[in-house]
Amino acid sequence: MFKFFLVKLAQLVPTFIGVTIVAFSFIRLLPGDPILLMAGERGISAERYAELKSQLGFDRSLIVQYFDFLKGLLHGDLGNSLVTHAPVMDEFMSRFPATLELSLFALAFAVIIGLPAGVLAAVKRGKTLDHTVMGISLTGYSMPIFWWGLLLIMLFSSTLGWTPVSGRISYMYFIEPVTGFMTIDSLIAGDWGAFLSSLHYLILPSIVLGTIPLAVIARQTRSSMLEVLGEDYVRTARAKGLSNFRVIMVHTLRNALISVVTVIGLQVGLLLAGAIPTETIFSWPGIGKWMIDAISRRDYPSVQGGLVLIAFIVMIVNLLVDLAYGVINPRIRH
Amino acid sequence: MSQLILSKKSSQPAPGTFRYQLASFWSDFSASRGALVGLIFIVFILLVALFAPWVAPHDPAMQDRSALLVPPVWHAEGSWNYLLGTDAVGRDVLSRLIYGARYSLSISAMVVVISMGVGIFLGLLAGYFRGWVETVITRVMDVVLAFPSLLLALGLVAILSPGLTSAMIAIAMVQLPYFVRLTRAAVIGEKNREYVIASRLSGAGHLRLMFNTLLPNCMAPLIVQATLSFSTAILDIAALGFLGMGVQPPTPEWGAMLANAREFMGSAYWAVTFPGLIILLTVLMINLMGDGLRDALDPKMKRS
Repeated sequence: MFKFFLVKLAQLVPTFIGVTIVAFSFIRLLPGDPILLMAGERGISAERYAELKSQLGFDRSLIVQYFDFLKGLLHGDLGNSLVTHAPVMDEFMSRFPATLELSLFALAFAVIIGLPAGVLAAVKRGKTLDHTVMGISLTGYSMPIFWWGLLLIMLFSSTLGWTPVSGRISYMYFIEPVTGFMTIDSLIAGDWGAFLSSLHYLILPSIVLGTIPLAVIARQTRSSMLEVLGEDYVRTARAKGLSNFRVIMVHTLRNALISVVTVIGLQVGLLLAGAIPTETIFSWPGIGKWMIDAISRRDYPSVQGGLVLIAFIVMIVNLLVDLAYGVINPRIRH
Repeated sequence: MSQLILSKKSSQPAPGTFRYQLASFWSDFSASRGALVGLIFIVFILLVALFAPWVAPHDPAMQDRSALLVPPVWHAEGSWNYLLGTDAVGRDVLSRLIYGARYSLSISAMVVVISMGVGIFLGLLAGYFRGWVETVITRVMDVVLAFPSLLLALGLVAILSPGLTSAMIAIAMVQLPYFVRLTRAAVIGEKNREYVIASRLSGAGHLRLMFNTLLPNCMAPLIVQATLSFSTAILDIAALGFLGMGVQPPTPEWGAMLANAREFMGSAYWAVTFPGLIILLTVLMINLMGDGLRDALDPKMKRS
């Protein structure tokens, strides 16, 4: 198992180097001069320009700059933001928990509804229930989520006044960040009101971000259930006289889950992509919104560092999914 | 529709001919009601987009200062002049949606053409030559896949400066790996079949083997992927437009319309609701059609 892990990890190295090259060239290809941009309307003297240029390392050759960037990366140093002058790593880390919390809630929403829906559709195959579930999930799969978010805000926030429009928690509470998870931090602070408030603020964004994964999970669960239901061992289980419930829950679902777990893991890229419009709509202070701001402000080091870190997260999660697949499906190990 | 097929079947084209394949494809495809509905809707919206100047009741850019934020016709204050209401500067929402179809559909079609063309070429190279060519191509595609699609597209658009062409190129780039992977896998599967070997032994060159012998036999999954890509492209174009990085206002692109209408969300629901609804419907119908295509073209992927 450990060897399997090492091999997989080694395979990631070239991809990761590719990612750093892409991120590095990205910001050098962006139009506009970062130093002039930093100077803003006031303009800048020629001496100060040269001074800043050498300070930021822009006067050295691209190869040297790239290896400096790699060296910094290995030390966890991604440079400083041009806008806030704070280290990019800190900026990223202070926002990442917000995105992670939102993504986990979205994924929980998707699994809690998608999995049973897929099982039901498979069991009632060809019936009205099956068609309804599949129709809804195809609609969810086709959803422009930025519009879906606006629609839900119009209905539940503006018209009914049930849910808040934007942010992570009511302005009445101030919670000292420990983990960066608003729900956990408010529990640590022992403030129930704040905890409920943070949950309240999570509802709509999680639904919006979870909609497409929900549809994907429901579809995948249904099709792998149907596949397993046709297997010989399921027929044997039925022939032994086991109850229908037991056949479905124990013999079928457990085996169908193997491919479902993989699909759930592969939603990470989708969640991080969906986080961009979702966080924009709900003013959610996570990395999606931060990246959009960094790109539009031409904050080069932030864009570069953010791209590398996000790609790194996606790659690591995909690796873990691969490993989990090996663990739960002994047939493919080695 | 089914009547038509039955009558066609009575004249029975000989098995193996192109007409026979077409007939059997059509009977599989039209067996699914969803796929037919999808096809009809897509044809309808294509026609509307094509004949937009004749179908649209108003000029999409015309601003009627006397009719700002007029609600749709079924409201008491609505007017027959503006069926789906007007936006904040008095432009007809329906006309803008009709013209918007031109942008969404043509950009997405271009995205599919570019990424499918380049993807097939790279996939053929990788699957046919194997070795270092394959390693380089698959590694590069792995790098593209390591970034969340929308993020990469946003970054590319920022490099190329926001606009229609850059949005198109960016989204084509993001879609590319799927075509490369599918083509490569299909080519590897077909490469050692007898008909390919026969063709090689009779002296066919690399290009002929790749494009004339292998490619036609690898098309089924690619066509299915093309429909999927088309619907994803519509969503991504709209998302870029919504985030202000795609087609720029005042062009009546669906996503950009949504972004414009957002600040009037509380007072003018119609300006927000209809652009999104048309995006959803179009994407849904294409996906329905894609499901039918998959069932008809690819027996291996057939819905169980």
